[in-house]
Amino acid sequence: MSDEIKIKIRNLYKIFGDKPQMALAYVRNGMGKTELLAEHNHVLGLNNINVDMPAGKTTVIMGLSGSGKSTLIRHLNRLIDPSAGEVLVNGDDILSYNDKQLRDLRQHHMSMVFQKFALFPHRTVLENAGLAPSIEGMGKGKYQKDARKWLARVGLEGQDDQYPHQLSGGMQQRVGIARALTSNSDIMLMDEAFSALDPLIRTDMQNLLIELQAELAKTVVFITHDLDESLKLADHLVILKDGFVVQQGEPQHILLNPADPYIEAFVSDINRARVLRVRSVMRQTTEAMGEISGEVDHDANLESLIERSGGDTTNRYRVMKGGQQVGILEMTDLVRSLVPRGGSSDPDAARRAG
Amino acid sequence: MATYDFIFDGLGLRDWCGDGEKSGGPMSMADLLGETSGQKVEVSAWDTPFPSLDNLHDACNAIPQSRDLTSGLERGFLDIKDSLKIVVDPLTQPLSWALNEMLWVMQALPWWIMIPLLMLIAYAVGRSMKLVALVAVCFGFLAFVDYYDYTMQTLAIIFVCAFICVLFGVPIGIAMSRSDRVQRMMIPILDMLQTLPPFVYLIPLIFLFSVTEPKLYGIAIILYAIVPVIRLTDLGIRLVDRDVIEAADAFGMTKRQKLFGVQIPLALPNIMAGVNQTIMMSLAMVVIASLVSAPGLGVLVLRGIRSLELGVGLLSGLGIVLLAIILDRVTKAALARINASQK
Repeated sequence: MSDEIKIKIRNLYKIFGDKPQMALAYVRNGMGKTELLAEHNHVLGLNNINVDMPAGKTTVIMGLSGSGKSTLIRHLNRLIDPSAGEVLVNGDDILSYNDKQLRDLRQHHMSMVFQKFALFPHRTVLENAGLAPSIEGMGKGKYQKDARKWLARVGLEGQDDQYPHQLSGGMQQRVGIARALTSNSDIMLMDEAFSALDPLIRTDMQNLLIELQAELAKTVVFITHDLDESLKLADHLVILKDGFVVQQGEPQHILLNPADPYIEAFVSDINRARVLRVRSVMRQTTEAMGEISGEVDHDANLESLIERSGGDTTNRYRVMKGGQQVGILEMTDLVRSLVPRGGSSDPDAARRAG
Repeated sequence: MATYDFIFDGLGLRDWCGDGEKSGGPMSMADLLGETSGQKVEVSAWDTPFPSLDNLHDACNAIPQSRDLTSGLERGFLDIKDSLKIVVDPLTQPLSWALNEMLWVMQALPWWIMIPLLMLIAYAVGRSMKLVALVAVCFGFLAFVDYYDYTMQTLAIIFVCAFICVLFGVPIGIAMSRSDRVQRMMIPILDMLQTLPPFVYLIPLIFLFSVTEPKLYGIAIILYAIVPVIRLTDLGIRLVDRDVIEAADAFGMTKRQKLFGVQIPLALPNIMAGVNQTIMMSLAMVVIASLVSAPGLGVLVLRGIRSLELGVGLLSGLGIVLLAIILDRVTKAALARINASQK
């Protein structure tokens, strides 16, 4: 599924404290976060992170507060420098960048959307949206066309001369997204971008992001503490806990095969029918089998299929992908997959989902 | 003989003390009495004196008396005075010029230009007709009681000094906000400037410059009034939302762009509050500075004190209050406008 890798993170460590290098040696010898804090008064922020982020896809980094996810995303544009490790963007080690290269990276290749919006309160909506070109020294006359276009794209027409404090939270974050889009960078970092919004507005914004993503195919790195959100947005899901990666992979796969009890506990509350896709629970086969109740797209979610079958568990569907049969879905398999442990205990399902 | 003899005897320092009784300064009254009555002065344990310079000097001549300390300070200052003057004099000369020019301009312009001009400034800064009316009434009153010239002198001095305070105070404040080390160095200096009684730094200034030079009082006023604008600039920039600064970083702003595009605009309300305080403090100091020949309303206050002219003192005091109200309202109006545009 993932072809080209945009951002590679290799053996990344971050330790907060006076002597991170000393603490790093302990961590490499296997010392945990709590011991390090108790014995050496250093905080282990990130512990040996290795992640590949595919180009043009959405990578979601999920974890609870304190898991290091915000620290991790700030390593990608070096708002924080690591204690050890590598961050490769387009194959370039950005840790070797000097100030000028780093500014160029931030101006042209990476934009960021923040949890608390972080708009400039003394600038109008239009000036905020045009931040990136204005940093390059472009005048308002030059960038306003571009900025207006993106403001309109995120649904903020005619608000150009408002100040951020005159807008609601959802609208402010739209400005934040327009600001990131106006920079024309191919990577967008979103640090809990929707966490501060009301649930309904959050759903709107998630849909907006999915739409934009279908249109623009940027490399999005999205941070969240909300599993529903991460399952909705992610092409590649990375779950962090206490600064290390517990599990990463395709969200469907993680849902069906939680690697450890921590993730199991996490995913047990999820509305699986809405998240799981037919392709993840079907049996892969091109042979026609017995009686078929109908055809279903491989990317449809289970909820829609349950609705269609009217709850009849004896049905069997042919799974189609691009007009070709790719598998068969038994409703009994589907129902079984809705139960957290039952679904994951089937070893075949794991292989198919991968 | 003296209480603390035992220390020097005990330590074997008697020789070092020289024991040259003859060189001792004036004796204490108790010693004198004891000598004339031919008796030794007995000091009870209750009356044991603090081992101060004077008391130790009694026991050992090599220890200086406290008046040696003060005269030493004075001599030290006088010794470096000339070389200090070579450096400081040309540096501060522009201040004298600025004050002289401003005093000249503000007195040379006729009242029917000056008062409307001040009203116009009040409008430009505050955008409020009420404020303009207040300015007109106050200056009208002061001119009516024939204090117009004094008022203009005071105002001229405040304008120049407050301007210079901002000119130096804001950059110093910025430097403090950017480096914790600079901040740690500056804070004791600012504390000292703020707590030192204003009269105290008038004294060395009088030695350094001649009383006829305007920069003498100019420096005194600036030293006293510059503190708030420095402190509040530092505070204002440090208080700028860290998320906004992070956003500026994340979009690749240079340090310069951050300073002028984000930090200063967002710190402006605090900086303006500092400017307001600075202006009020220079007004307070301009009265005291009339002791060292600063012209203006302070001279009248001084006259009121010196020759007990109660009416003059009260009226000029009222004039200062009116000036203070105008300056405060106008700068506050400017501050309110900045606040309104920034939420």
